[in-house]
Amino acid sequence: MKVTAPHMGHMHYMLDDLFQRLGVEYIKPPPSTTRTLQIGAKHSPEFACLPLKINIGNFIEGLEAGADTLIMAGGHGPCRFGYYGIVEERILRDLGYDFKFIMLEPFIDGKRAFYKTFEMLSPGLSIRGLWKILKVSFSKGRAFDWLYKRSLQIRAYEVNRGDTGRALKQAEEILALAHTAGEIEEAAAEAMRIIEAVEQDPDRRVMKIGIVGEFYLLLEPFSNFGLEEILGHMDAYLERSVWVTDWIAPKRDNKIYGYPKKLVEEKAAPFLNHNVGGEGRESIGGIVMFAERGFDGVIQLLPFGCMPENIATSIIPKVQQTHDIPVLTLAFDEQTGRAGMVTRVEAFTDLLAARRKSRLAIA
Amino acid sequence: MRVGIPRSLLYYKYLPFWKTFLTELGLEVETSPLTNKKILSAGVKVAENELCVPVKAFYGHCMALRDKKVDALFVPRVVSVEERAYTCPKFLGLPDMIAAVADQLELPPLLTPKLNQREKPGEFKFQLINFARDEFGLGRLDAIAALESARLAQRQYDESLVNGMKPVDMLPASRLNQTRSRPPKEKRKRIGLLGHPYNIYDGYINQNLVARLEEMGAELTVPEMTDHHVLMKEATDVPKELYWTYEKEIMGAINHWTKNDMVDGVIYVLAFACGPDSLIQVLIEHRARMHNVPLMSLTIDEHSGEAGLITRIEAFIDMLMRKKKSAVAVA
Repeated sequence: MKVTAPHMGHMHYMLDDLFQRLGVEYIKPPPSTTRTLQIGAKHSPEFACLPLKINIGNFIEGLEAGADTLIMAGGHGPCRFGYYGIVEERILRDLGYDFKFIMLEPFIDGKRAFYKTFEMLSPGLSIRGLWKILKVSFSKGRAFDWLYKRSLQIRAYEVNRGDTGRALKQAEEILALAHTAGEIEEAAAEAMRIIEAVEQDPDRRVMKIGIVGEFYLLLEPFSNFGLEEILGHMDAYLERSVWVTDWIAPKRDNKIYGYPKKLVEEKAAPFLNHNVGGEGRESIGGIVMFAERGFDGVIQLLPFGCMPENIATSIIPKVQQTHDIPVLTLAFDEQTGRAGMVTRVEAFTDLLAARRKSRLAIA
Repeated sequence: MRVGIPRSLLYYKYLPFWKTFLTELGLEVETSPLTNKKILSAGVKVAENELCVPVKAFYGHCMALRDKKVDALFVPRVVSVEERAYTCPKFLGLPDMIAAVADQLELPPLLTPKLNQREKPGEFKFQLINFARDEFGLGRLDAIAALESARLAQRQYDESLVNGMKPVDMLPASRLNQTRSRPPKEKRKRIGLLGHPYNIYDGYINQNLVARLEEMGAELTVPEMTDHHVLMKEATDVPKELYWTYEKEIMGAINHWTKNDMVDGVIYVLAFACGPDSLIQVLIEHRARMHNVPLMSLTIDEHSGEAGLITRIEAFIDMLMRKKKSAVAVA
């Protein structure tokens, strides 16, 4: 059995680790490229959201690389994501590919089904064994998330442009090689040391920008043209509301982001007092919290047509007004160009800088 | 007190229920006029660009009701109408979306009861009883009586739909959506018209599609003509059950039609950027292909032109006519 799964940011490190422990051969799809997106968009329904299109591209490239089993995460709605798997399987089968399809439904939707899915991959696996494996792989994912979180902050202060990126690569390599729980802990500390060692200019006046929005767009740099790096190079100190391990952790206490889901929902309540699927409510709550913490601005990322985020976008003008914080909404699909996005982001940071100046003048 | 019900989205599904319920509670119910140019362009102007056209129309209808000087707007939060399922996310967020523009548009106060049967079927009764108590200070018995009449009205409406009536026949009529002349019965083609009621029966946003099709010689079948439970049962032949009730109805309808050879062709109307439809489109097209039923997907938005639409449906019906003829010739 040769398993493949779509890319989502640095999740492939965690999957690589997980499948190794399960004793399954993991075929990592080639990194997403323009071709990935093109073939994905070609075979997907016209206004399916961008992540589905990239998923299809990843799957096709994974199948071309020799995979015979596809794994996709599930869900129970109301966002479209939970039904991705079924539709993706249909599209790929209609294209004539032959494969086994496994859908991993979340733990809360059925403990037994969750376990059975893993048992299918690795026969003879005990429930206890599974937990042990998941725990270690998860801790590795956590280490990666901490690393990236810190890099988003350090990049704004780096003295030599690109240092953080280089350090990050080095740290990733070290972390990827760690295997046992002890090794992971050590590697995580070492990786952190590397990233902290980047030469920084503590006196630099940086812009504080929060990033909220739909999880795939936030987690997968390919889908947003590496927006975070672009912003970092514009001296923007970034914080983002969604992290892989926060997202899959059963408790949703958002250890990496730092604010539990419950608190975020409370903050969103005056504007959006109901779950609308995806991260719609969290986006609204996130904006409120960034505003309260004195951030200069917030950027919302979403795939074109994303239902939960569109609801959030409809409500954002009111949040902006109430909390006096500028928000830039960027929607992405296969037609989006990098240059257009960069121009908009530049204009936004200019606006934030001007705003800060005029505020200082008044004070 | 006069309460306004916007004539968009779930209006086409639940108007009899809501109208009877509110009337029985002692309120005067006012509905907005049929969608027209003014309503839609007003809605398009305030609504977020990426929303689907029926939701944009909903904004316009709220504004039309404001102009009618109603005292409150009825915008329920319909979270779920069956166990373990949702409606569309946009219905979940609708009251908040309207509330976000309420000040700017000077809308009257909103009445937003939450209807959620995801955990427990029948839960909506208690939710509505609480709504009547919290908003109007009405007692339990009054609310229960209103609920019963409302359910009766809704049942009658649903039964007439199963018997082949269309919502447009029963809801206040207009110039739109009225079929003027039709070809003789033996020359008609059986066409399944698939899609959400708010896309199919809103004659303005779909360029009067129902009447046009009938005038061109279509004998229409719509999902509402089949009992809801049958549709739900037919929709289960997928590896994972759909969690959107209204999409399930659509899936069930096409499965039912193709299985029982009820239609010669299917026209699938979907709003541009409709989330759930964009995914099940794949499954529906596959189903039609498997059963060799011609299917045309018709995407509508606020920019749809009349000429393009007419050309497409004419070509589709012509194709069906020719297909049948050649089949006869071969046999």
